[in-house]
Amino acid sequence: MGAIADAWSWLTDGSNWSGAEGIGVRLGEHLWLTAVALVITALIALPVALWLGHIGKGGALAINISNVGRAVPTLAVLGLLLLTPLGKQGNWPTIIALVLFAVPPLLTNAYVGVREADRDVVEAARGMGMSPWQLLTRVEVPLASPLIMTGIRSAAVQIVATATLAAFAGGGGLGRIITHGFATSRTPEVVGGALLVAALALVVEAVLVLGQRLLDPLRKRRPDPAEPRDAAVVKVPA
Amino acid sequence: MATKQSCLAANEWICGEYVRSRSQELIDATVQHVWITVASVLIGLVVAFPLALLARRYKHVAGPLLGLTTLLYSIPSLAMFSLLVPWMGLSASVVITGLVLYSLTVLVRNLMAGLESVPEEAREAARGMGYGPARLLFGVELPLAVPALMAGIRIATVSTIAMTTVGGIVGYGGLGNLILEGMDTLFKAQVLSASVLCVALAVVADVALLGLQRLLTPWERAQKRAKTRRWGGGLGRRTAKAGA
Repeated sequence: MGAIADAWSWLTDGSNWSGAEGIGVRLGEHLWLTAVALVITALIALPVALWLGHIGKGGALAINISNVGRAVPTLAVLGLLLLTPLGKQGNWPTIIALVLFAVPPLLTNAYVGVREADRDVVEAARGMGMSPWQLLTRVEVPLASPLIMTGIRSAAVQIVATATLAAFAGGGGLGRIITHGFATSRTPEVVGGALLVAALALVVEAVLVLGQRLLDPLRKRRPDPAEPRDAAVVKVPA
Repeated sequence: MATKQSCLAANEWICGEYVRSRSQELIDATVQHVWITVASVLIGLVVAFPLALLARRYKHVAGPLLGLTTLLYSIPSLAMFSLLVPWMGLSASVVITGLVLYSLTVLVRNLMAGLESVPEEAREAARGMGYGPARLLFGVELPLAVPALMAGIRIATVSTIAMTTVGGIVGYGGLGNLILEGMDTLFKAQVLSASVLCVALAVVADVALLGLQRLLTPWERAQKRAKTRRWGGGLGRRTAKAGA
């Protein structure tokens, strides 16, 4: 337990939090990278998933993209991007890698959500004379919202994890504390950095679970809040 | 000769000379990658099996157990490995322990789903034939749980192969060691070759496990054939009707 105590005293030492390479700056970088990548991911994945789900095509693509995402190592993509001309564009190789690995969970979940929206309800809405756009925005998306939120949660956790590995490509974020600790053989720094990363991942997950509960438009009318469908789509740690 | 050397000197992405001159290094890294993956998934199975049985026996254990494995899954791999270093040093155990913990999420869940999918009639029939609990488990329930279990093993293996690369931080990342080294030295051929090998390894493992699943469950194929025959007959009749 000595290692945890050492890491704790490292974490509670105020001087480690300040400065250009302090915890504060690294945490800020991590959150900034996560937010930017999540927004870009949502802008790419949501329209595609909702449209494919609405017209009911491209199911194989939407499902298989998750399997491909699982087989490709994050480190390989980061390494390859670093060595392309893009690698010299500051944070861009990192952001592209984050988006690449966050799109599959969001795309798959959102697609399945729209696709599995109760067909009877959808037919009834169509019978009431709703236009395709009304059908999508007023019926399919609200019905799909639990799985869309699950997708956003998976994507966010994926991004937080992948952003840690950005340290290997010279990017910012909390991973830098860990790699710096390894490079200088300072175990308290390694363990302290790892605790920060783990805590951040769990906090992001918890906040989004809470958000999912609060934002679900049908939460009061849904009979079974357990959502066993969650289990169908497994996410990948990076 | 001059042209061959130039692809290394010019730091090109695809370089036959690199693959030839470093073939031993590539083979060693691949071998390490394979044994770390195999050890992790096998140990994961050995740990997941009693946990799944426990969760089945005591229903109130199931929720917290699945919750805990999902929680572990949210921890980024670099942090997971780093947290194990003070106890295990810079060793392969660090990587394998981390990967075992990740594999539990999928393996426990799928084992439980597989055991739950066993029809009650099959259990009753076995009990009626005088099967004891152990023989029921190993002779009837586990074989019937194989499809769900194998689906879990495939997911766990493919993602373990990808995550093993991060083990490069402690020097036990198989092909990940070469990727990290290549990133440090900006060596394009090394990063690309190791990455391609890694993805190839995942594809080969997935196909091999699918083959193993077919071998282990010959009855599934027999059922599918029977279904196709019935379906084929139906189609034939419909076509005939349409023709008439």
